[in-house]
Amino acid sequence: MTEAYIYDAVRTPRGKGKASGALYQCTPVALASTVLRAIQQRTRLDTGLVDDVVLGCVEATGEQGGDIARSAVLHAGYAETVAGVTVSRFCASGLEACNVAAGKVISGEADLAIAGGVESMSRVPMGSSGGALFADPSVAFPAHIVPQGISADLLATRRGYSRNHLDCYALQSQLRAANAWRCGHFRKSIVPVVDRNGETILDRDELVRPNTTMEDLSRLEPAFALMGEKSGYDSTAIQRYPEVEAIRHLHHAGNSSGIADGAAAVLIGNREAGEKLGLKPRARFRAFASIGSEPCIMLTGPAPATRKALKKAGMEAGDVGLFEMNEAFAAVVLCFMEEISVNHDRVNVNGGAIAMGHPLGATGAILLGTLLDEMERRDVETGLATLCVGGGMGTATLIERV
Amino acid sequence: MNHYTVDDAGIAILGGLRWEEFAREAGAAIDDPRVRGAIVVASAGLATPLEPCDARDLGSLLRRIETSGKPFVAAIAGTVAGGGYEICLAGHYRIAADHPTTQIGLSDVKAGLMPGLGGTQRLPRLIGIGRALPLLLEGGKLGPRETKEAGLVDALAMGCDLLASARAWICAWILEQAGKTTAQPWDAKGFCIPGGTSAHLFFAASAMLRERTMGLYPAPVAILSSVYEGCQVDLDTGLKIEARYFIHVRGTPEARNQMRLARSRQELEGLAERPANVPAHEFSKIGVLGAGMMGSGIAYVCADAGLEVVLLDTTPENAERGRAAAMGIFDKRDQARLTQVQSRIHATDAYADLRGCDLVIEAVFEDRAIKAEVTRGTAAVTGDGIVFASNTSTLPITGLAEAWPRAENFIGMHFFSPVNKMPLIEIIRGKKTSDACLARAMDLAKKLRKTPIVVNDSRGFYTSRVFSTYVNEGLSMLLEGVAPALIENAGRLAGMPVGPLVLADEVSLDLMRHVREQARADLGADYRPNETDQALHLMIERCGRHGKKTRGGFYDYPEGARKRLWPELTTWFPVRANGPEVAELVVRFRYVQSLETVRCMEEGVVQDRRDADVGSVLGWGFCPALGGTIGHIETVGTDRFIAECERLEKAYGERFSTPGRLRAMAFAAR
Repeated sequence: MTEAYIYDAVRTPRGKGKASGALYQCTPVALASTVLRAIQQRTRLDTGLVDDVVLGCVEATGEQGGDIARSAVLHAGYAETVAGVTVSRFCASGLEACNVAAGKVISGEADLAIAGGVESMSRVPMGSSGGALFADPSVAFPAHIVPQGISADLLATRRGYSRNHLDCYALQSQLRAANAWRCGHFRKSIVPVVDRNGETILDRDELVRPNTTMEDLSRLEPAFALMGEKSGYDSTAIQRYPEVEAIRHLHHAGNSSGIADGAAAVLIGNREAGEKLGLKPRARFRAFASIGSEPCIMLTGPAPATRKALKKAGMEAGDVGLFEMNEAFAAVVLCFMEEISVNHDRVNVNGGAIAMGHPLGATGAILLGTLLDEMERRDVETGLATLCVGGGMGTATLIERV
Repeated sequence: MNHYTVDDAGIAILGGLRWEEFAREAGAAIDDPRVRGAIVVASAGLATPLEPCDARDLGSLLRRIETSGKPFVAAIAGTVAGGGYEICLAGHYRIAADHPTTQIGLSDVKAGLMPGLGGTQRLPRLIGIGRALPLLLEGGKLGPRETKEAGLVDALAMGCDLLASARAWICAWILEQAGKTTAQPWDAKGFCIPGGTSAHLFFAASAMLRERTMGLYPAPVAILSSVYEGCQVDLDTGLKIEARYFIHVRGTPEARNQMRLARSRQELEGLAERPANVPAHEFSKIGVLGAGMMGSGIAYVCADAGLEVVLLDTTPENAERGRAAAMGIFDKRDQARLTQVQSRIHATDAYADLRGCDLVIEAVFEDRAIKAEVTRGTAAVTGDGIVFASNTSTLPITGLAEAWPRAENFIGMHFFSPVNKMPLIEIIRGKKTSDACLARAMDLAKKLRKTPIVVNDSRGFYTSRVFSTYVNEGLSMLLEGVAPALIENAGRLAGMPVGPLVLADEVSLDLMRHVREQARADLGADYRPNETDQALHLMIERCGRHGKKTRGGFYDYPEGARKRLWPELTTWFPVRANGPEVAELVVRFRYVQSLETVRCMEEGVVQDRRDADVGSVLGWGFCPALGGTIGHIETVGTDRFIAECERLEKAYGERFSTPGRLRAMAFAAR
């Protein structure tokens, strides 16, 4: 069977996903183009050899509409023979893009592909593209759909996590991210965003707050209490989970993923394509999977998706050396670690989205690249990346160093 | 032949009360070359036709009206809250009478239905989705000022000026717009719904709807979808979408149930079961014994209905306090009314003041001795020729009647708290209560604008008896090891207004115990202890928990914070692992109440299913979407209901056994 290999992975630093963020001045297509050009430059790639570019992008509307992947391909000056396609699986889009590209290679459709993602949450805010999932009563009502923060608080309530527990996790993310930056763990893959004159616009993750303390976190007000109470969301969630007496609102801006801008790309190909380029494969796709899970609580998808991928590979969680589990909300990761029985010392070891931000469509690809870098740094053989997804889904990718 | 008149200015006045008349006249007016504009007089009579083809025809007519090129003005007076208002929306201008009797809205949802003549499409386009949704989803009616503020009408006029104002608007329009045609804003090019179509608005609306309805009512969900789907397209397409949802809702069992309930309630309020051949009675003065919460409430409703009231208690201070409480219910802003009712309630401690009362209602403590004393004290003054009614909720009437010299004039009139808000009166016939006495009690219920049900005497009568099975089932579950939060949420998901544990707290565990003790004393060897006794013993004796008013019961009631389940509850009632599914608990809650109702009917306590259904909904909030406790059985289907009972009996015991009457019904239906 044909294997799909990762040859390279890059990402832009993440900017704050608001008007005051450093990347607010960059169009999304420019961000996407940045990582595509970086791949080409680093590998001295003849872009004509790339069959397809698959980019994740959640709010695919306005500036991010009209198949931004193809626009990025043109913007990056790739050969016009390179196709482009945009995919959305909400927060997992970037990882889904990687899985889709790997699938194209494994099936023989493509020899060489680039996967990744882009999201400018500052210019195309979350919710811009609407969606039947929450807006259409015929979908939202029967499925008890609530905003993700409510789902996170529901999850924390059911699992009995305390505010302190969540904040401790969040603090760890900040400290680990700060440490990773300080020690240059991301040096191999970060591609600064520069303007057309070569001036640097951003060269490091803007959101990290290295001096965060538990006290700082404890002072933050729960972000979802008011909407839970006033807009019927708490009741909607409890009606789906009637063993719950009341939802404890514990999540806030400090223990939830940051709103961010960013892009990432991963070069994926079969053995021959790599040889043709003179590139050494860094890892291969061992297994990948996506699943649907209960949409109201929404965020419990990663564990079943992980189990599905591991089963395909004939492996157990204990065999996996390193995990990147997207820090959508602190409770999500705590729940995942309990479900899969893995410790924090193997999970998100360089921090995560709580510290560095979650540019929706790009994060999945960011995680994969981060995972691979750290696997190489620690000489770990297998790693798994996974994300929870709106509407109740999970996507997981298991990679093995070569 | 057209019945409308056309005046010199070419204005036709259309006042058809029935929709067929209206349809004929409006259609003719559109085509009539003499007619340059029309006034539609909208009043309470205009109702939405229920047959889809009729609704479609009327819908098309409304479309013709608004695109006819002729100005149509709606002149609104009285209660116009269904299809009648939808017709007004198809007009180009709406004027309402500035009078408190003007009540405008779209109340179809309250009947389990939805607007089918464009209400879900025109109202949002008129006033915006955010402002239209609460009106459509809750079906509330607004008074004149509020309708103007909300944009439901364009102007107000004094009642006598209503038609003149309408005429004036049309004349002005004809002068200024000569040559132009009318167009509704939503038919103009480039029309945007005021406030736009926000996805987040619908997101929250769905959740708030589920919070309010527990997902048990399809009509408001259909309304929400009709607005969502229809407001993204042009009006004609939106109307097609609405029509499909309308047909769907009409066919739901919930709509059938709610319509049947409304019909039954109307029949009961019209005294359908009143004994014939008893002349109607005009009341003028009512005696109320006991100036506590119930007594003062009863005094209020009597005074509000125009009756004189003698409110009697043991001391003048107690009586006065009750009188003040009754007066306090009246709207302080309505000075005219307050002056009117001021003198109607006479507070006293003297039995002699009861002389001249048409009927006396006893609302003292649930204690036989006290009740007997006041009953005898009254008879001595009024004589036994008047009706004496007891507001008891638990003590059998036949026994209480022994204190009244003429037992055939003794009856139970069980009011519900708070008396000013709860429409139900449970009228209980004692063994000797005469038809004339019953008729008189029913006449009073009608005078008080309440809904009477009639039951025959037995322990707990109908409402208290069946309602207590709901609480008992909750306590059973607690004893079985079901998690308390699950029990409470299951009660609400079963369609009950509140969970059984919070209900027990509110009634007070002590009072529940008292009632059980009384029953034990009365029944002696026949008394059968149940789960309620077990749970109460644990709570009161072992835990020292008495209910909401004293330190807490199943819940804690912290000062200034939300109530929450007593954290130590699960120490005394340990939770079993692998608990039941919520659906099973819902079934238990609903079935136990339906079964007890069937037993009441079997025993002749309740004789008409209307009393059972209306009594369950109005008396203790049994889910209207199910149509009441008997309606529930029909909704499930008798065969399926019986099969479920057999399963439940095996699993949980005798209280779920299938009554013979039910089997007979199923057999007969074959």
